Amino acid sequence: MKQFVLASIIAGALALPAAAADYKIMAPAAPGGGWDQTARSMQTALQDEKISSSVQVNNVPGAGGTIGLAQFVNQANGDPAQLIVGGYVMVGAILTNASPVTLDQVTPIARLTGEYEALVVPAASDIKDMAGLVAKLKADPGSVSWGGGSAGGTDHITAGLIAKAAGVDPTKVNYIAYSGGGEALAAILGGQVTVGISGYGEFAEQIKAGTLRIIGISSDAKVEGIDAPTFKEGGVDVSIQNWRMVAAAPGISAEQKAAVLADVEKMVTSASWTKILADKGWANTYLAGDDFAAQLKKDTEATSAILKDIGLVK
Amino acid sequence: MDTFGLLAQGLLTALEPMNMLYALIGVTLGTAVGVLPGIGPALTVALLLPVTYKLDPAGSLIMFAGIYYGGMYGGSTTSILLNTPGESASIVTALEGNKMARAGRGGPALATAAVGSFVAGLIATVGLAFVAPTVVKMALSFGPAEYFALMILAFMTVSAAFGDSTLRGLTALFIGLGLGLIGIDLQTGQARLAFGIPDLLDGIEVTTLAVALFAVGEALSVAASRGGDSTIQAIKGSVWMTREDWSRSWKPWLRGTAIGFPIGAMPAGGAEIGTFLSYSVEKNLAKKPEEFGHGAIEGVAGPEAANNASAAGTLVPLLTLGLPTTATAAIMLAGFQQFGLQPGPLLFATNPQLVWGLIASLLVANLMLLVLNLPLVGVWVRLLTIPLPWLYSGILLFATLGTIGANPSTFELGMLLAFGLLGYGLRRFGYPIAPVVVGLILGPMAEQQLRRALAISQGDPTILVHSPIAIVLLLLAATAVLLPLYLRARGRGKVLAQLGANED
Repeated sequence: MKQFVLASIIAGALALPAAAADYKIMAPAAPGGGWDQTARSMQTALQDEKISSSVQVNNVPGAGGTIGLAQFVNQANGDPAQLIVGGYVMVGAILTNASPVTLDQVTPIARLTGEYEALVVPAASDIKDMAGLVAKLKADPGSVSWGGGSAGGTDHITAGLIAKAAGVDPTKVNYIAYSGGGEALAAILGGQVTVGISGYGEFAEQIKAGTLRIIGISSDAKVEGIDAPTFKEGGVDVSIQNWRMVAAAPGISAEQKAAVLADVEKMVTSASWTKILADKGWANTYLAGDDFAAQLKKDTEATSAILKDIGLVK
Repeated sequence: MDTFGLLAQGLLTALEPMNMLYALIGVTLGTAVGVLPGIGPALTVALLLPVTYKLDPAGSLIMFAGIYYGGMYGGSTTSILLNTPGESASIVTALEGNKMARAGRGGPALATAAVGSFVAGLIATVGLAFVAPTVVKMALSFGPAEYFALMILAFMTVSAAFGDSTLRGLTALFIGLGLGLIGIDLQTGQARLAFGIPDLLDGIEVTTLAVALFAVGEALSVAASRGGDSTIQAIKGSVWMTREDWSRSWKPWLRGTAIGFPIGAMPAGGAEIGTFLSYSVEKNLAKKPEEFGHGAIEGVAGPEAANNASAAGTLVPLLTLGLPTTATAAIMLAGFQQFGLQPGPLLFATNPQLVWGLIASLLVANLMLLVLNLPLVGVWVRLLTIPLPWLYSGILLFATLGTIGANPSTFELGMLLAFGLLGYGLRRFGYPIAPVVVGLILGPMAEQQLRRALAISQGDPTILVHSPIAIVLLLLAATAVLLPLYLRARGRGKVLAQLGANED
């Protein structure tokens, strides 16, 4: 009997750490960008809510996340503890880059957040509003350089859509790709590019401090807490939302997928997550499992059409 | 002055016994992980984040600072003693440091690295406190054209240090540039030279190449020569720095700091560029340039100082813009956010106590590091008294473990061995090793910046010389090429040949 008690205590002790899965989340972008922030917010929430005792985040930047995605598909196969953050940018990048690895090769878990695109200029810029940008764009499209995330991503697509809506040939957009929002931010602050386009959260601190001026936001209606006109109010009929998701490794079993889904569900409904979303200004657009997989498929088709339309994909 | 008052207050916080203990734990851990290749400070801080959540903000930030600085220092120990650079910023240290260690001067090499790191860390941290806003303004004025000019300068100064056979040096450099092309291109997303192998899509990892060329190549070379010509003399003379060592070290420390700090502060700089530049500066200014390639202490002192100064420089964009430029800085950012702090332009105004506490704790961590490492120098150099076969099998073990630890794939391991063979071949036929790694690091950076510059100017190449910064950097690069030619023409070619001989 004594041995049995002892054995069960040891077994329990051994099982305890196993119950709290240790996740490893890949942010397929440079530190500081939107995916990096999403991965690190997940890390905070999962740990704070004791859903996982230890969560690691690693950055693999480049090419709209396809470099990270390739590495993930390649190395995480069958490992239920590994997750990858991604989003709309990745959908576009896979198409533009004709990436050999696609989102079909991972296990989609859930769409987590949505964020609107912000169009900013350095405080010293002579562009005051959307009308000013459109005028400049019409005069000489090439003279406006747009700094944002990697080629074919939401930032790039938004730039193309704005040009198209303004009656300018979208293939003439002079877009400069940076490996992440952080690197693009430095180029915008330094006045290296004419305008910056990326998720609002990446510019929020700089806008508050007055070093960047926001000239438009890509939402349908004014967003509470963001003092900026929408693109539509600025006379450009474009609205777009950049969503971010989390996916699991390829080749995991149905039970393993269900376990990850349950953990993510617990995280999304937690107080920590709610607080993070409020702090970062991200909208909760949680959509899980098969519903998300279907939505992803629809988005991929729609994106493909948009990219062809604006000349990013032949 | 207000700044001094705040800094003094920060120091009082940092000097509390509990915080001193956290600093000690931090630097010890940092040094330990720095010594092991593959496990870097970024990973360590990431692992500790959940633990430190329970501590108060000051305590945990102090511990992170210790790990950060400790990791930067620990990397140089293996570079010097085992010729195994654990991270790209300590590659240059291996060049002269390992030569010194083989000549029985491992003690002074480690000591100058430790003291140099301390001096650089001290000056750069004070710089962080007082000139951060100015430095960040300068760093932001660096656009693609300026970065490209900086890369050209780095290429030129490093290639001037290739030795008397320009052909061999350039051959090695182009091997590196060729390897740098492998992987998905950032501007267009196209895969280049990947041959359909997914492992090659993300390019070749710098540390894998460096560890393979330096450590594996060397082990093969030692095995092939049956230890004939590469006897190691463990200790010759004092393990401490002599008066001459001090007088030869202090200027490189200061110059290294002056080079490393601003480059670290640049959003797309990278610590290794500062170490390359510092190495070439020291080689050109040295009183005994013939010693370079045979264990010149200046070649350890300068790059080590540059390495640590750039670590402090990294904190400039982090604290003033909320812009993390290295993996470790990104995780420290997560640490800040954990305590409800948002680094950015307003942080200095909204949370002065914490910022100044952090800066003060960097000073304390720096001092701890010196206290911890100087007595250990004597212990570390004993490593070299291990018989050669054991020593090199140990090095191979660490190199393999480090590679698997950083990137667990068999393909990566295969690359380690293949590049190890390449390293052996280069050594066997007298080609320098360092330019290969330099090409891999600088090539892709230079390419991206050039293409961005030309895209912004819509194809007009004059953008490359449109700013005073770019012009000055390009002129410096031209001088680096032309000055040796001029000296050679004046009959000093012999000295130059010696200066560059036998560098690997």
